[in-house]
Amino acid sequence: MSELDRKRDRTPAPQDWTYAPAPESRDVVSIAEQYGHFVGGEWLEPAETYETISPSSEEPLARVGQGMQQDVDRAVGAARGAFADGWSSLPGSERAKYLFRIARLLQERAREFAVLESLNGGKPIKESRDVDLPLAAAHFFYYAGWADKLEYAFPNRRPRAVGVAGQIIPWNFPLLMLSWKIAPALACGNTVVLKPAETTPLTALLFCDVLRQAELPPGVVNIVTGDGRTGAAIVEHPDVDKIAFTGSTEVGKAIQRQLAGTGKKLTLELGGKAANIVFDDCALDQAVEGIVNGIYFNQGHVCCAGSRLFVQESIAEPLIEKLKRRLTTLRVGDPLDKNTDVGAINSAMQLDKIKELVAAGVEEGAEIYQPPCTLPEKGYWFAPTVFTNVAQSYRIAQEEIFGPVLSVLTFRTPEEAVEKANNTPYGLSAGVWTEKGSRILWMAQRLRAGVVWANTFNRFDPSSPFGGYKESGFGREGGRHGLEPYLRFDE
Amino acid sequence: MAQAPVVPTGFELPLEPRLPRIGSVDAVALEERAASLAKRSIKKDAKVFALELAIRVTDLTTLEGADTPGKVAALSSKAIRPDPSDPSIPSCAAICVYPNLVPTARERLQGTGVKVAAVATGFPSGQYPTAIKVADVRSAVELGADEIDMVIDRGAFLSGRYAKVYDEVVRVKEACGDAHLKVILETGELGTYDNVRRATLLAIAGGADFVKTSTGKISPAATLPVSLCMLETVRDVHEETGRRVGFKAAGGIRQAKQAIQHLVLVHETLGPDWLTPDLYRLGASSLLNDILMQLRKERTGRYQGPDYFTLD
Amino acid sequence: MSRLPVKKTYKLFIGGAFPRSESGRTYEAEGQNVARGSRKDARDAVRVARAAQPGWAAATAYNRGQVLYRLAEMVEARVPEFAELCSGRDEVEQAIDRIVWYAGWADKLPQVLGGANPVAGPYFNFTIPEPTGVVAVLAPDEPPLLGLVTRLLPPLVGGNAVVAVASETRPLAAVELAEAIATSDLPGGVVNLLTGFRKELAPILASHMDVNALDVCGSDGDAPELERLAAENVKRVVHGRADVQSPWEIASFLELKTVWHPMGQ
Repeated sequence: MSELDRKRDRTPAPQDWTYAPAPESRDVVSIAEQYGHFVGGEWLEPAETYETISPSSEEPLARVGQGMQQDVDRAVGAARGAFADGWSSLPGSERAKYLFRIARLLQERAREFAVLESLNGGKPIKESRDVDLPLAAAHFFYYAGWADKLEYAFPNRRPRAVGVAGQIIPWNFPLLMLSWKIAPALACGNTVVLKPAETTPLTALLFCDVLRQAELPPGVVNIVTGDGRTGAAIVEHPDVDKIAFTGSTEVGKAIQRQLAGTGKKLTLELGGKAANIVFDDCALDQAVEGIVNGIYFNQGHVCCAGSRLFVQESIAEPLIEKLKRRLTTLRVGDPLDKNTDVGAINSAMQLDKIKELVAAGVEEGAEIYQPPCTLPEKGYWFAPTVFTNVAQSYRIAQEEIFGPVLSVLTFRTPEEAVEKANNTPYGLSAGVWTEKGSRILWMAQRLRAGVVWANTFNRFDPSSPFGGYKESGFGREGGRHGLEPYLRFDE
Repeated sequence: MAQAPVVPTGFELPLEPRLPRIGSVDAVALEERAASLAKRSIKKDAKVFALELAIRVTDLTTLEGADTPGKVAALSSKAIRPDPSDPSIPSCAAICVYPNLVPTARERLQGTGVKVAAVATGFPSGQYPTAIKVADVRSAVELGADEIDMVIDRGAFLSGRYAKVYDEVVRVKEACGDAHLKVILETGELGTYDNVRRATLLAIAGGADFVKTSTGKISPAATLPVSLCMLETVRDVHEETGRRVGFKAAGGIRQAKQAIQHLVLVHETLGPDWLTPDLYRLGASSLLNDILMQLRKERTGRYQGPDYFTLD
Repeated sequence: MSRLPVKKTYKLFIGGAFPRSESGRTYEAEGQNVARGSRKDARDAVRVARAAQPGWAAATAYNRGQVLYRLAEMVEARVPEFAELCSGRDEVEQAIDRIVWYAGWADKLPQVLGGANPVAGPYFNFTIPEPTGVVAVLAPDEPPLLGLVTRLLPPLVGGNAVVAVASETRPLAAVELAEAIATSDLPGGVVNLLTGFRKELAPILASHMDVNALDVCGSDGDAPELERLAAENVKRVVHGRADVQSPWEIASFLELKTVWHPMGQ
């Protein structure tokens, strides 16, 4: 054996290629010690504050205001003032230019926002960088173009603005949900009072700086932070003309009750328990990717997550094997690491809820699988989880977990798949995986859900309407249809 | 694949939807997955590891009409010691040449661990009678090739004569004797990922030790999605049968960054077991110097210029 | 000796049949004894509506349009009878024309309300309207025929099944319409008409967990309470007007479904 041969032999066989940490730099964003409410273009000193943290480390990031009745009053007042004082009568073409500016500013400052989003919300930087931020900017760009074309979207209906829109958004896609709400509202000539989620206020507060740079007239967008009490104050405010809410079905129902008889416009985008249906003729490896993307994207904190996996029994075994193997390659950890696939659970409360439901699943007799992974000691973490042998009656197959937990059920025929998939009070989204075109359309027609992803999952686009059937809410966001909730018609 | 019991109809059916099945591949989702893996950020130690590994799995290649003994001898020396100024840099896996140049390479590589690979079977088109292809392989092996890189008959494949493709792989494998067989699919001519998957399975069924993307003569060659598609097929075969088939990405890989992306692909698809020259190869010519530059940059902290690396 | 006429019994219309109220109750309206629908009648009506809805929705749009046009034919054939039960011939003719107008929408809605969406990626993406499911309609008291037709047709043409509560004070036109419906080609259960006291029936329908949408047009004053009840299963609540004719009225009872599919080789 030559020397070189021996050298080759001595070189240890590469058994473990550990990726070195690749953290995105935090320096790109600066966080103030304390934030107030953004009202009438200025910062209101909050009467009460609370701490907002990084869920991946429990590190305190800033103190933010707990919005009180008087804060909401002032915000609504500012919005009403701005509505009356020029915004609603501004030509659509001018409104459009403000929105285009915002879109561009978000693109320019994307890295800063992405880092802050991951810090405050716990989602992997690759998602905030590649999904949340590009889509947020795209939403503003899309709706900017509609601002001066509303009469073409609604011919013969003479559309006009509703007035002041109260908007309450969730913590799973903080900036993206803000853009879903604010962009169409402004395009239609409304002014806005928006409350970001209690646990994720920081990108909404940073967004106020974008509004400053865009020179948006004061009062057109007002941001009040706080918990459910602040949200309730917005919902109940008599001078708010329209409420847009994204969040849990429970709160959505309460809001609908609250608004009964007020004549206020309402759109609700609520919970889901989506069926992701896999047929035995599907492109298997891509289906596995779709399943993983469907439930582990954003730690499963997605209202349209594919949380119920229906697998045709004839392919169940190899598919589940593939899925489990794929789970072992998921990288769980520091949200700011560019290689992280699954980040932190958004809050201690959410983690408790996930743990409770997972415990219920184990107790009910489902078989649990979690890939080996070391979770950080500090912060809120939950390993990607798959339950097999799940019965339709188990809580994990019925209730929205809103975490990285997949329930696997099986079916035999397309008819049965549709029946089981629709057997839920929810109806937000569904997935179908098959190579047979006619079956895709047959399934898509029968699934009672607002979005059907065929041979893909969790795709979003500003031009594509999104929203639920049944208890998943009503109204659509995105596309031409997403304008309608923000308009009145003089028909 | 499970088969039906023998029936008097004269044919057999695969009856179970088990792996490895021919199945189909969704192009959009495959490309998205490949693109997302390409975004892995490989830094510091992990990068040095990857760059060294890339060298160890490289088949340093020259496949020109103008190849001469001088050129091949120089390249062989480069394969043995890629960076004369740094003896810690490992050797390449092999030299890949036309059969006529095998003796030159053989002579220069004698006593080293670097293998000699010869392209054969009417490379690159494969449009020759089977007997000539087999003879081509035999002669290459006799000339001293350790490894044979054959091409499949794409004409036969695209006209649906899969049996001919399969049969040729079987016969070439026989002709190889102890030489390792890499089967080149020339994916750039196959048109769809469905075809890539099908051809991969055909090659493996025919006895390939390695499946290889491309000749390097056609673009596109070893794209990330095509590699991923083949790796997933290799994985299916392994999971169902336990058989480990090697994979070689060749053609169009010129930069260290691309090489690392390919390594990430195999790492996250087949796992660390495949991160060895026994099961993974990169076919390249100009890639090596870029890797050397990156490695020296990692070691010195200074960006490098081409004048400091040998052109061979 | 003059002949004694045979008097009609005014009954409910559920599942294509004309049952009396299971409660055995009636009330007097317009000088007649009219069935006073009960909570169980409402429940039965919702059940048959739910069963009939998928078939109605699955019919081709062309077919739904023809069936509704046939309904207009059936009403046209009874103009004098209807005229006596409402404000007169004008109202009947308007009602007929409205049915014809809506019948024509059946096969145009998806083109007007849906479309293809130019998403930024290799996907084909389209949005189509679909029926929301079972719709409860509180018809206005006046006009007795045109009001009912105005609120009934929009959910119907969109592929929903309907449980309607007729005008409480002037229910006879609704019963007459039920007879026209029964002789049209509308499948049993797609339209169900309840007569009785709205205050009794409306809360049952508003709180029913298998009703998808509620048109509170005919609610007198209790709409806020009905809306609160409707929130329990996130019903779509529609404040319909008795005198409007527009495709957007149909849209109120439709869901939008968006379908994605990759485009690749």
